[in-house]
Amino acid sequence: MLKYILRRIAYAIPIALSVSVVCFMLVHIAPGDPIDAIVPPDTPKDVVEQVRKDYGLDKPLPIQYAVWLGHVLQGDLGRSIATRRPVAGDLILAARKTFVLALTAAMFGFAIGIFLGSLAAFFKGTWIDRLAVSFAVGGVSVPHYWLGMVMVIFFSVLMNVFPAMGAGPGDWQWDWQHIQYLILPALTLSCTPIGLLTRTVRGIVSEILNQDFVTTLRGKGLRNRTMMLHVVKNAAPTILAVMGLQLGYLMGGSILVETIFSWPGTGSMLNAAIFRRDIPVIQGATLVLAMFFVMLNLIVDIMQTMIDPRIVRK
Amino acid sequence: MSTASTTSPDISGASASGPKKQQGYWAGVGSRVRRDKITLICGGILLVMFLLIVFAPWIAPYDPLQGSMARRLKPVGWQGHLLGTDELGRDMLTRLMYGGRYSWFVGITPVTIAFAIGGSLGILAGFVGGKVNMLIMRATDVFYAFPSVLLAVAISGALGPGIFNAILSMTLVFIPPLIRVSESVTTSVRNLDYVESARATGASAFTIVRVHVLPNVMGPIFVYATTLISVSMILASGLSFLGLGVKPPTPEWGMMLNTLRTAIYSQPLLATLPGICIFVTSLCFNLLSDGLRGAMDVRN
Repeated sequence: MLKYILRRIAYAIPIALSVSVVCFMLVHIAPGDPIDAIVPPDTPKDVVEQVRKDYGLDKPLPIQYAVWLGHVLQGDLGRSIATRRPVAGDLILAARKTFVLALTAAMFGFAIGIFLGSLAAFFKGTWIDRLAVSFAVGGVSVPHYWLGMVMVIFFSVLMNVFPAMGAGPGDWQWDWQHIQYLILPALTLSCTPIGLLTRTVRGIVSEILNQDFVTTLRGKGLRNRTMMLHVVKNAAPTILAVMGLQLGYLMGGSILVETIFSWPGTGSMLNAAIFRRDIPVIQGATLVLAMFFVMLNLIVDIMQTMIDPRIVRK
Repeated sequence: MSTASTTSPDISGASASGPKKQQGYWAGVGSRVRRDKITLICGGILLVMFLLIVFAPWIAPYDPLQGSMARRLKPVGWQGHLLGTDELGRDMLTRLMYGGRYSWFVGITPVTIAFAIGGSLGILAGFVGGKVNMLIMRATDVFYAFPSVLLAVAISGALGPGIFNAILSMTLVFIPPLIRVSESVTTSVRNLDYVESARATGASAFTIVRVHVLPNVMGPIFVYATTLISVSMILASGLSFLGLGVKPPTPEWGMMLNTLRTAIYSQPLLATLPGICIFVTSLCFNLLSDGLRGAMDVRN
């Protein structure tokens, strides 16, 4: 068990390094000389060359990468071109806001998705099943940036119950003054996990219900509630993996919803950076969000083996 | 690579146009599709949409770029403008028809390219195995370490706005999942007895792939690719919503949705129209691929 966990962590290291290479390359796939992002356009040529040397941009790419990685490991993600502030500081504040949003949306989405999915599996073939499945297809097909607009129109413009923009005054706190800002974006963001989890849970649970051991348990006279325990135990590892992936997707994919609701997280930060072509910010935000995703996958994998030891043997 | 791309139009053609006389399997798929009402309706809606956007230059009532300030933000059904006018007084119906051309093009192209490239690499990895498999699959793992929306946004954000960059970044996002799916189906087919016996009778690797592997793996890979189209449509319009797709004044659904955001207070229904188009398209593609999966008997 411990050996498996260590091996899994060891395997995550080359992945994390490759992810950092991809993020590093973002600066270099951007059209134009990266130096243009640092110096003003009308700088004299010799000054430009001096700056190039100072920033190490005259060195070969692998060396530049090593230097960059060294900085990153010390928590230095460079400076924003637009604000001249260190990227890392702003990013931490934004990531905290995005985490609040993604986690809330994920929890809500998981709860509803698991509920609908199991309901559909237990009542397979009935109208309850069909309703849940239609709901799921809608959830995965809806463009959430559009759904966000519809939410704003209904709940902010027409009914005026929730604020349409921002995340409340000052730092994030779990009080109503702040939570009222969270409800609409979190609901909007949760439509994809609801759809995906309903589908996944329905598939897995109905498959488990068809297995021989369930028939045996039924034959033994087990009540439905006790049966649930067996189903949950068997379904948990796969569902856990889907949930882990989804949380990561929500963290990394909240850019459109954040833009609609002006939620001051990493998505809004990325959006502003794209608009200003602020490559260091795009790079930093991508790196942090991708690393979070790598970590999350690692944790989910380890948790899966803890619930179901059979996975290690594969 | 060439084998996969020559076979793919064959299969897509057969499944799109229903039964073909030469193959019993496709006839069966066709008759199953014909009995499936939801799939038929979705296919019908998509066909109508496709015709509307393809023939937009001939049937659209107005010029998509020409507006008038006097007629701006008129409601749905306003005299002569069936779906109203946008924030610059341009006819919405016309712009939605023209906008669909870009949304569909940018939505479908990346999946098509990724189907060809990812499918070939996956079949290669699955069939050859060993070091080639390791190399391809480990490279795939790296891209799997990114949430897909983030990867698309980061790449096209770095490359800058434009249709070409949007298609490029989305293709990169869709190649890894297609590699994984094609690798796993190819690996399972490769180990079947009839492949083994074909090898024993001295068939070359190329013949085995062409005769035994491709016909068995193309179905599942194709069905998987169709499930990606719905995601791709949402992502394509999402990128242009963020300003990473077409440049204004060229109409595109995602971008129109963004520019109409200011109108949600005065004309809420009008402002959401482009989004409804994206939703309907994505929903129909999703249901269509579900129906296709059922008709072709491909398991998840």
